[in-house]
Amino acid sequence: MTSAEVMVPLLLTLRVACWATLFATAFGVLVAHTIARSRFPGRDLLDAAMTLPMVMPPTVLGYYILVLVGRRGPIGSWLDSTFGVTLIFTWQGAVIASTLVAFPLVYKAAATAFEGVDAQYEQAARVLGKSEWAVFLRVTLPLAWRGILAGSMLGFARALGEFGATLMVAGNIPGRTQTLSIAIYDAVEAGRDEVANFLVIVTSVVCITILVASGKLLKPRYAG
Amino acid sequence: MRIEVSIRKTLRSKAREFHLDVTFTCQDDVSVVFGASGSGKSATLRAIAGLDRPDSGRIVVDGRVLFDSACGIDVPARMRSVGYVFQDYALFPHLTVEENVALPVNPWWRRRPARDAANRVRDLLDIFEIGSLAQSYPWQISGGQRQRVGLARTLIRKPAILLLDEPFAALDPLLRIRMRQELLSTQWLFKVPMLVITHDPQDVAGLAENLVVLHKGRVERTVDLKGAPYRDEKGIPVRGVIRRMLMDTSVDSNGAAASIPLRAAR
Repeated sequence: MTSAEVMVPLLLTLRVACWATLFATAFGVLVAHTIARSRFPGRDLLDAAMTLPMVMPPTVLGYYILVLVGRRGPIGSWLDSTFGVTLIFTWQGAVIASTLVAFPLVYKAAATAFEGVDAQYEQAARVLGKSEWAVFLRVTLPLAWRGILAGSMLGFARALGEFGATLMVAGNIPGRTQTLSIAIYDAVEAGRDEVANFLVIVTSVVCITILVASGKLLKPRYAG
Repeated sequence: MRIEVSIRKTLRSKAREFHLDVTFTCQDDVSVVFGASGSGKSATLRAIAGLDRPDSGRIVVDGRVLFDSACGIDVPARMRSVGYVFQDYALFPHLTVEENVALPVNPWWRRRPARDAANRVRDLLDIFEIGSLAQSYPWQISGGQRQRVGLARTLIRKPAILLLDEPFAALDPLLRIRMRQELLSTQWLFKVPMLVITHDPQDVAGLAENLVVLHKGRVERTVDLKGAPYRDEKGIPVRGVIRRMLMDTSVDSNGAAASIPLRAAR
């Protein structure tokens, strides 16, 4: 077992998971806040649609991404002709796949967190002369951030372990798109048990740590 | 200072429909809207503050039209220059006392008060005798102290009028008496007119110069309580509970209230 066999996929995975968590958190918070604070017909349907990537098979998700971002897809062909950028079989493609699977976890946690913020605090801030932007940044977000952070951590863990969609979109190119879980699959297939064991233990430790930490964050605060 | 309210709103829930149709005018330092729960007084107060939008009507505070359905005017809550003290004060739990009071005058990127604002915050905290609690969080202080923080936070922007939703309901009965006196001193000190809604006759007795009685979403009567004998708008003398309590109370005007110092209620 060489250190490159472990470090390269580990660092790549961390990079992919960090970007994916960032995007998933930004979009998740935005969408959750918009939906949580409005009432319109089809709200429940939209809520369900946002959660869809959680229950859909990763291969189906990966297929959708390929259709959209692939060289002949509507987004992919536009990116190719405008910027000369191809996302398929790149680590950026893996970020898209991971973002999509991490999104529902952040979205759900953020929606719950926003609904848990007593609307009275927001009203109080409004009557005190604060703009909607200031209300969100100074009142809503600080009161909801623990839930959002917990969701982001779960999303990070999910992005870390992403396999199916990533394999379809980014492929399995050692050193370029081979993430942890794909490297584990590869090592087991090739009979390199030592590498597989080590990678499995690393992944497990990270995931357990994240679960414990996010569980702590989700405990209620400001009680009593 | 004159407040004109004339609003209509239909509130629907699964079980029932509630029609609010309230019209009153008041121009006293302390006006009290009195009614049982479900009489529509909260809905009225929220409409004045701009937290709920009436179906139709007109709201004018000190000559400024805040809402007029006929002209399509609906000033957003944040631009109404109306102070609103919530029943449980709605102090932000993630901010200290000082940060709570500073929030209205802080730009959105600041949490602690800027230098010029810091002086105003400090002055207000001192007036309300909560300077020593500046770094405490709302859950660490008593009910009376919370009310003072709520008042200070509202008054820092010098609102044209102060709306108070059941200001003493969250306090224990002994504290209520003291905080009523304090509220009158605050009124005298800041010269800000107040509109208080309550279901407690003691609040009427202790505070009101002008009384609006709501019943089932309508104004039942308005009573001028500034001089005895107390008569309602038709000139009929007011009898019963309210009058008896009015005889018992010593606070009847600004002058009397002014002699009562602000005291810590710990």
